[in-house]
Amino acid sequence: MMSAGVELDRIEKTYGATTTLRAATLDVKPGEFMTLVGPSGCGKSTLLRIIAGLLPQTSGEVHIDGASIDHLPPRERDIAMVFQSYALYPHMSVAENVATPLKVRRLSRMARLPALGRLLPGQARTRREITDEVRRVADLVEIGPLLERKPAALSGGQRQRVALARAIIRDPRVFLMDEPLSNLDARLRVTMRAEITALHRRLGATFIYVTHDQTEAMTMSSRVAVMMDGTIIQCSTPQGLYEAPEDLRVARFIGSPEINVVASDTVAGWEGGNTRLGQLLQRPLHIAFRPEAVRLSAESAAQTDMLHLSCHIERTERLGHDVLLFLRVLADGAGVTARIPAADFARLDAPGGVLTASLHPADLLAFGPDGKRVALPGLAAATNRGLSHVG
Amino acid sequence: MAAAPNHRASPRRASRRRLPWGQIGTHLVLLLLAVLFLFPFYVMLVTSFRSPSELFTPEFHLLPQEFTGLKYYIESITTSPVLTFMKNGVIIALGILVMQILTAIPCAYALAKFEFRGRNLLLALVIFALTVPIQVPALPLYLGLNALGLLDSYFAAMVPFFLSVFAIFLFRQSFKSYPDEIIQAARLDGLSEWAILWRIVVPGSIPAIAAFAVFSITTHWNDLYWPLIVIRSNELMTPPLGLATFADVESGENYGALMATATILTAPLMLVFMLAQRQFVRGVTMTGVK
Ligand SMILES: Nc1ncnc2c1ncn2[C@@H]1O[C@H](COP(=O)(O)OP(=O)(O)O)[C@@H](O)[C@H]1O
Ligand SMILES: [Mg+2]
Repeated sequence: MMSAGVELDRIEKTYGATTTLRAATLDVKPGEFMTLVGPSGCGKSTLLRIIAGLLPQTSGEVHIDGASIDHLPPRERDIAMVFQSYALYPHMSVAENVATPLKVRRLSRMARLPALGRLLPGQARTRREITDEVRRVADLVEIGPLLERKPAALSGGQRQRVALARAIIRDPRVFLMDEPLSNLDARLRVTMRAEITALHRRLGATFIYVTHDQTEAMTMSSRVAVMMDGTIIQCSTPQGLYEAPEDLRVARFIGSPEINVVASDTVAGWEGGNTRLGQLLQRPLHIAFRPEAVRLSAESAAQTDMLHLSCHIERTERLGHDVLLFLRVLADGAGVTARIPAADFARLDAPGGVLTASLHPADLLAFGPDGKRVALPGLAAATNRGLSHVG
Repeated sequence: MAAAPNHRASPRRASRRRLPWGQIGTHLVLLLLAVLFLFPFYVMLVTSFRSPSELFTPEFHLLPQEFTGLKYYIESITTSPVLTFMKNGVIIALGILVMQILTAIPCAYALAKFEFRGRNLLLALVIFALTVPIQVPALPLYLGLNALGLLDSYFAAMVPFFLSVFAIFLFRQSFKSYPDEIIQAARLDGLSEWAILWRIVVPGSIPAIAAFAVFSITTHWNDLYWPLIVIRSNELMTPPLGLATFADVESGENYGALMATATILTAPLMLVFMLAQRQFVRGVTMTGVK
């Protein structure tokens, strides 16, 4: 079946007095792999269930290819979902699990009756087709040898594949995946990540993939929607989210280690750089900069157009290729995290654990008191400077 | 197990040498209770194998002095309608059980998994109804059945029990623990609510249903109160009712035959128990490894 675009238009969901979703709006293009990322409890599962029709929204509309589907029951929406707990039917074999969606659609009600149904005439061919289809899909996700087993006799990764097969066999317009990898161990998660993206390319269907893991979000898809407190606050490419977050919460959520955030009063006191910086920071703002924007080399310390901070090294963490330095600004006590390549760290000159950290004003992101991004015309657009490090 | 004694095993062995008085005490109490419960059955069995003259001798013998073999059993089967009683017992107990399961499962599912106005009130009513014994609605039921001309029938013997609040309550507890995500997956797969209930959720509650079946069959096989009220004809009598009638008619001498009849009528229940026990274990392992 053709893939389809999904539009969510100001979806609200309230449970009594508590609001779980507020004006969640999202536009997923046909055939796109859209990742929905956000901390636990922000309403991701609730949103997926509303798209699938398993839960009614309080207000707002769900459209598929421009047509509202809010009146359709789950089975008529042509949407398949993979659940976090896999949700396999425990008393059925793997083959029966995978065949269920097809049996429901292609066999008559009578023919589906246990035992008796097989005796009805005129369905042998349909049954054979279903068996072939199950075999084909099982081979696709490599569970061919497991078809006769019960779910209880499978490992987590195998159950995950069965759940995928049960979704694939329906050939749906849209796949929904609710944290499908969160119950797997770290190694398996990395391989399954690659398999799911490969599956997306092969099927060409629209995927909406939910996760609370930002690494998963940043590595799997071309566009990522960040969800917080029941609403989607930014939808962009992984690169865009990292370099040009529109909300302080996005800036903090994306990227590890976390972005540095300092009050503008403190930054105004920092020496050097653009002389206009002090004037620009008249009103209270949050100033944020990525750990890799902090330069520690002697050359940077000599540049006149940069801000310079005398810092004390509190702690270092070696991450292999990179080193994290946790610095404390001597003048005002602000904490700053820096990330530099291990080779540069070896050449670092820090007598008594004190060194000069330098920042280019263009690398600073400013956020208003409400957390929304504020453009400071004096700061050249940070996006153009090409901070290349993602994740 | 016996091979390779290691360090971990030795302290356990040392403690085993001390007598576990607590355990011995528990087992003595259990043994005493078992004897207490089994003694009437023992007397029933032994009486069906001994001559009536032994019953009223001053000294009590554990085993028959004069073993009568199957004499009383043959007498019971040939002279009394014990097989008819048994057939009636099977029809009534199974009829009640089937109807109870058919009615209780949808009610329990709705109470367990659907959100609707008044659900908590309905559940409270179910729990309240658990406390009402059959004696309370007996008279109105009798009058109603009489007015409809349905007295003295299988239907009259079964109908008050078609709806079991105990079953509703028990199944609701069991369904409530069934994972919502599996039910949602089934909805997406296109199964109707009815199919989800019977094909997906019910197979996960086999242990609860088996437990209830044992409870229900025992209750209604042994019930004397209600059949005594609505059954008149000999051909419709249930085991306890038949036994009571039989005892009255043939009172006096024929204790042997009476006890043989009682044994025959109790045997199916024992059989059900043993079969269900095996079913229990299978059901528990089925859900345990889920
Ligand atoms: N039936 C419910 N009644 C009340 N609150 C609920 C219900 N279901 C979910 N919630 C609330 O909605 C919020 C979002 O839940 P969920 O969508 O599962 O978050 P996520 O999947 O992002 O972790 C949670 O805070 C949860 O407590
Ligand atoms: Mg969730």
